[in-house]
Parts: sequence; structure tokens; C-alpha cells
Amino acid sequence: MNEKIKKVSIIISKGGLDGVYPGLIMSNGARMEGIEANLFFTFFGLDAIVKKRMGKIKIATVGNPGMHMASILGLLPGMSAMATSMMKKTMDKIDIPPVPEFIEMVADAGCKLYACKATVDMFKLKKEDFCPQVDSIINVGKFYEIAAGGHIIFT
Amino acid sequence: MPQKNYGATTVDVDAEGYLTDFSQWTREIASAVAREEGIAELGPAHWKVVEFMQKEFKENGQAPSIRRLNKSGVITTKELYELFPGGPVKKAAKIAGLKKPEGCV
Repeated sequence: MNEKIKKVSIIISKGGLDGVYPGLIMSNGARMEGIEANLFFTFFGLDAIVKKRMGKIKIATVGNPGMHMASILGLLPGMSAMATSMMKKTMDKIDIPPVPEFIEMVADAGCKLYACKATVDMFKLKKEDFCPQVDSIINVGKFYEIAAGGHIIFT
Repeated sequence: MPQKNYGATTVDVDAEGYLTDFSQWTREIASAVAREEGIAELGPAHWKVVEFMQKEFKENGQAPSIRRLNKSGVITTKELYELFPGGPVKKAAKIAGLKKPEGCV
């Protein structure tokens, strides 16, 4: 049998529901398997831990080939909100929580959450703009230090 | 089918040691499985989780997710990880005599 994975550090770099969920599911799943997990939020992925944005993350209906519809339809007012609400209902049924609850769940599961310093500076954010589950704002060097000895997954 | 001995009792299990016939489950077997999983003794909070999981399994045919355990007020996520370190849902399901949980969350 192959050696068990002991530690993963997952980078969430994309915004939108489809950008944020894979990393959340994978980090939570790691903790469920007893694997040490870190989450590093960068660029638009940072929305998932910014207090005033985390509850409003939507699915992009324009320029998203995964939506299986013509982009022009995605331009219609309310389309993104409707797609988001449909998706949220389906996810709730299979027990995938909304983003703020998910962040709380992975943090309670022992996953450590970090915000990327470069992005924080670029968007002019402060520590108090983030949800309390965020451990700290760190630079890339510190991320590698934290990730040392484990696997790194970029999403 | 593989079998496993717990004291004087023999039970049917799958390749990973999960009971395949719930009717063979007893509290003594639960305690023995717990010890194998590194939990020396099952306290009242452990039993509360185990019993809730069995009830949910009976009703829905699958073990409840961490979220469901948390929302139903049985146990907080933090406490669950403390009680069953290193894989809470898998370990609790195994101790409860249920099949291995299949969900991703």
C-alpha cells in the first residue's frame, strides 16, 4: 500500500462558487481523513473569507462554458442570481453548506486558514475585514514554510 | 466474507473492518472497535454520537454528515473531531456498526 498523505496545503485563487468550493471540499475532506490541512486564499479566492463578501458569492453565467448555455443568456438580469440559488438548493440537499458555514466547518475541523499578503495589499484590505476563522495574513515565503513536508494543491 | 473475533464473538466484516450485518452489533463490540481505533474508552458523548448515527442510518440508509450531526445539536464539529481524532465520521460509523460513509462532506 502506498504511504498515506499526511498533510495538504490548498490554494484557492479563483472567485465565484465554482472557484471556491473545490478547495473547501478538498480541505474538509482531508480533515475527515485525519490529514492535516491548510487553506491559502489569494486573488479573487479571497472573497470567501472577506466578511462582507463571503455570503454573496455567485456562480458566473457569462463566459463560463460549464453552464451549458449561450453566454448571451447569462447577460440577462438576475440570471447569475437564479443559477446561484438553484445550485445552493441542490448543494444544501447533499449537505454541502453555503460558503460562510463551510468556512466555519473547515476551521472547526482544524483546518488553518490564511490570506495572501500581496492580494490583501492590492485590494487594500485589513485583518478586520476578514472572518474570525482566518489565522493570519501571510506572504508566499511563509506559505511555503507552512506547506513544507506536505502536498500543495492549486485551485 | 471476512470475519473478525471480538472476545468470544465472531462478526462479519468488510475488507476494511466495517460490520456487514448490523444485527451482530453490540455495545461490547463497539468498545472493542473503538479501542482498535485508538479510543480507549467510549464516554457518554461518544455514545450519543453512535446512537444518533444508528438512528439516522435506520431512517435514511446512510450515516449522517458532520454538518447534520452539528445542525441536529448532537455535537459540535470541534467536539466531534476531539472525540474521534483522525477521521470522525469514518471512525464513528465503524464503532456504530454501520458501513463506511460514502459522502464527500
